[in-house]
Amino acid sequence: MAYSEKVIDHYNNPRNVGTLDKAKSNVGTGLVGAPECGDVMRLQIEVDQNNIITDAKFKTFGCGSAIASSSLATEWLKGKSIDQALEIDNMDIVEELALPPVKIHCSVLAEDAIKSAINDYRVKNGMEAIELPKSHH
Amino acid sequence: MIQLPIYLDNNATTPMDPRVLEAMLPYFNEKFGNAASRNHPFGWAAEEGVDYAREQIGKLINCSEKEIIFTSGATESNNLAIKGVFEMYAAKGNHIITATTEHKAILDTCAHLEKLGAKITYLQVKADGLIDLEELANAITDQTILISIMYGNNEIGVVQPMKEISAIARSKGVLLHTDATQAVGKIQVDVEADGIDLLSFTAHKMYGPKGVGALYVRRKNPRVKVTAQMDGGGHERGMRSGTLNVPGIVGFGKACEIAMQDMEKDAQRLSVMRDRLEKSLLDLEEAYVNGNTAHRLPHVANISFKYVEGEGLMMAMKDLAVSSGSACTSASLEPSYVLKSLGLNDDLAHSSIRFGLGRFTTDEEIDYAIECTKKAVTKLRDMSPLWEMFKEGIDLDSVEWAEH
Repeated sequence: MAYSEKVIDHYNNPRNVGTLDKAKSNVGTGLVGAPECGDVMRLQIEVDQNNIITDAKFKTFGCGSAIASSSLATEWLKGKSIDQALEIDNMDIVEELALPPVKIHCSVLAEDAIKSAINDYRVKNGMEAIELPKSHH
Repeated sequence: MIQLPIYLDNNATTPMDPRVLEAMLPYFNEKFGNAASRNHPFGWAAEEGVDYAREQIGKLINCSEKEIIFTSGATESNNLAIKGVFEMYAAKGNHIITATTEHKAILDTCAHLEKLGAKITYLQVKADGLIDLEELANAITDQTILISIMYGNNEIGVVQPMKEISAIARSKGVLLHTDATQAVGKIQVDVEADGIDLLSFTAHKMYGPKGVGALYVRRKNPRVKVTAQMDGGGHERGMRSGTLNVPGIVGFGKACEIAMQDMEKDAQRLSVMRDRLEKSLLDLEEAYVNGNTAHRLPHVANISFKYVEGEGLMMAMKDLAVSSGSACTSASLEPSYVLKSLGLNDDLAHSSIRFGLGRFTTDEEIDYAIECTKKAVTKLRDMSPLWEMFKEGIDLDSVEWAEH
């Protein structure tokens, strides 16, 4: 299967690969997927006192589309409030990266990773966890 | 100057040898006749080409030219062998023994026959990919009509002990079929010495053209027959109707003749290159060879690079044409069933890359492949959360993953 140019660009020049200190109270970490399924994403956000995401990092074990989806997610997260970030829908990622149907699960995983990172941050900071949509998988 | 991309997927298909192409060309236009046209020179010329090819092919596997049934390829040969024996020997029994690491052309054919009343035993393989001979012997019943075990595996290259398998089959009076698609032309395959009754093979895995294969069907000791699966003009001694693909068959013959000459030399050269590739890549941490390394085709290496995913890895190795046991699609999140049969965890199966060397692979290409693979594995590991966790000493099996 041929990858779209955008997937190839994110894959070759992944944005924001790295690790934030998960012990810090203003860092939220989401770890989703499973090794036996062939993809695991770890997405982290650093949030300021106004609930604005100032930094985002990822590491992903998976195919090119999974790597590109998480790379794109970190780009989109920066500068957004944690409420705005919740509005990122997997289909936005599908559209932006022109993912074929067989790769839609990669975008779903990225959305799950965003929500799970936000929840981690919320719980750490005394907020209620938002209800995650039933897994799409 | 090295030409990119480099083709290292010779188990999928091989480039045609220029000598094969040259042999085929006259049969597209000059000698275009139908080999079944017995009453004019056009037919005779085509038939002559086919007859000569039968001899060339027969010599390579040590059988008579009368024992070669031409087909469209190994998938058809496998279908014809298994379905054909099942129908022909229905009075004798309905039990077939095969193994879990066989090609889909065998497994799906068997699954099809199960719906028609066949009983199939799927032998598990050992961790190195070899079948357990005792298990094979114990699986045989008075209803067993066929054992079908592949010669050399397409994913890991493991070569099964055909002589021992045939000795067991013979002693119980059971026919033995082998899918030798990956083995013929690469290592010595001799239907007499190996005691094989039916053997599937194809031209395009041995530097011949696509779309032509053959089924060897033993004519004596014992005389084997298969029920035709294609009805029509009664070609190929009634076992496979359809106008013969004359240029393809001529090319197949030439490919066999060349293999006869070059096989030993090729195998020697390729195994040295393969071992060098493998040894260099095993310098990487957490890299493992899949399958038995002592009983293996000379040109195949299947390696798992733990904590990186095969499909993602291949994308970083875009100048190398290789294949992976990972299948990251929503249609099939399942990694290679062959690797899983060896007892590999799904994550290791997802991390595998198959390198398939061939007659035209050069030392320079292997140097490049080593560098490129090492770089790609390192790049992907730097991006892998699993690698980071491994390096921190976290036991990944103890993590509760959000399965999806």
